[in-house]
Amino acid sequence: MPRAWPVFVYWLSLYRRTWRATIVISVANPVLFLLGIGVGLGHLVNHGHAATLGGVSYSAFFAPGLLAASAMQTGYIEGAGRVFAAAGWAGSYRAAATTPLEPGEIMAGHMLYMGFRVLSSCAVFVAVMAIFGVSAGWWVLATLPAALITGLAFAIPAAAWVITQRSMARLQTLFRFLLMPMYMFSGTFFALGQLPGGLRLLASALPLAQGVALCRSLSLGRASLPAVAGHSAYLLALILAGILIARVTYRRRLHP
Amino acid sequence: MEETPIVVARGLTKIYRSRDGAPAFRAVDGIDFSFGRGEAFGFLGPNGAGKSSTMRMLAAISPASGGSLEVLGMDPALDGPRIRARIGVVPQDDCLDRELSVRENILVYGRYFGLRRDLIRERLGELLAFAQLEEKADAQVEVLSGGMRRRLTIARSLINRPEILLLDEPTTGLDPQARHILWDRLYRLKQDGVTLIITTHYMDEAEQLCDRLAVMDGGRIVAEGSPRALIEAHVTREVLELRFSVDAHAAVAERLRDRRLGERVELLPDRVVVYAHDGEAALAQVHAAQLSPITALVRRATLEDVFLKLTGRSLID
Repeated sequence: MPRAWPVFVYWLSLYRRTWRATIVISVANPVLFLLGIGVGLGHLVNHGHAATLGGVSYSAFFAPGLLAASAMQTGYIEGAGRVFAAAGWAGSYRAAATTPLEPGEIMAGHMLYMGFRVLSSCAVFVAVMAIFGVSAGWWVLATLPAALITGLAFAIPAAAWVITQRSMARLQTLFRFLLMPMYMFSGTFFALGQLPGGLRLLASALPLAQGVALCRSLSLGRASLPAVAGHSAYLLALILAGILIARVTYRRRLHP
Repeated sequence: MEETPIVVARGLTKIYRSRDGAPAFRAVDGIDFSFGRGEAFGFLGPNGAGKSSTMRMLAAISPASGGSLEVLGMDPALDGPRIRARIGVVPQDDCLDRELSVRENILVYGRYFGLRRDLIRERLGELLAFAQLEEKADAQVEVLSGGMRRRLTIARSLINRPEILLLDEPTTGLDPQARHILWDRLYRLKQDGVTLIITTHYMDEAEQLCDRLAVMDGGRIVAEGSPRALIEAHVTREVLELRFSVDAHAAVAERLRDRRLGERVELLPDRVVVYAHDGEAALAQVHAAQLSPITALVRRATLEDVFLKLTGRSLID
């Protein structure tokens, strides 16, 4: 899609004005969490319950979980908030729609940028993980594509839905009642094995739990091919479904 | 216009699907029109008349629900991108990127047309000169005044050298001075042979800018012609406006109608309007009838009167 490229470049040119601030956040977030929760809380956890974490330190357990959760967060912000503004008050989509670009191209250019944002912010996170030495050597690099598809599995379905919305209220409701609980119950902070049977099954079916499991197994160097394929297929299916729906919802909104 | 029209619409209809429980809405209800190259055509009507929906269909960003439409010899349903490559659109709410500079806004937009960067830079100078924004080239859009933003939107819409320029309510929300600057820019475009299609609910704007007008109401075209022809066909040359105390208006209108004053007597909430070929003579008759209005004004008939006659309502509520 070469015609989508200028749309991607447009979003980049906006990002150029704020990238320094976002880099600081991308660095500060994992550093503070890893120091505060990983090392501090981990000190308590490691003494009693190392076995439930599969025999690894709490930091090594927690860091890839947080990576997946922050990929989700970046994905949702870029896919929901940004798309809502672009389709509404900011007018970016409406301006682009008056040019030869088709709705699908405007969508593709923006999704490319969502991928860039998830990838770049997760790359910083992964670098911090490498410096802290919480991953199994070079396996840390494999967590980056895993984090990318985790982030996009939220960004793209969010974009497909948000573009149908005229008021901000439901975006906040979704964040509060879907994303925040998911953040808590997807095995970011504790092993899902600790939950009772039914709840464990439910929690492990959550999209973020899939991303957490994928990132964690890779980071610890304990990934098995079937598990990686299963988690990836789940996340890629969400991305694909998001794209297919967005093609329809974008056209409806941009060519009413 | 003898040559082939640049736009032809027959029975053009737009129905919006029902949404959130609201019933389906027929915004444009089977309208016919055509424009020739170089013409300035206006859609005049109040909010909700179907002007903007018509404009969106012309801009190939909204599919028609019925009827036929041809723009530059092409069908918007099949050739949307090719049509959009040859027209310019000035939306009512600018849709500029406030975080970017004037220059960047034009550059981004030009890239959407697939124009090369050096070509855009080449055109940028003349567009900024046209919009009288040369000194603001590197200013962020955020700090521009409303009039400057609107001129930038027009400059931006010209980046692809459009053959047709669509302007939706171009001067709504601008102060009088900014409006006159903008009108001057639009005259220049017209002189350069650009076909202008304008929507407005300001009668003075329609009179100033348009060679030909379609008066729209409730999704239909209720009259069409040059501003002068519309006035001649639908109202008298002069108009007498009378104001009495508010509760007296109905009775006064009744008395004037009984006396067969002028061609027609219209009762409005705040005044009584008499359509007469000779306004002063009509006023003399009012005085002869022992009526003493608080104010009396004789003026030439305008498009506002045409609209009032055709729809029974005022353009701006």
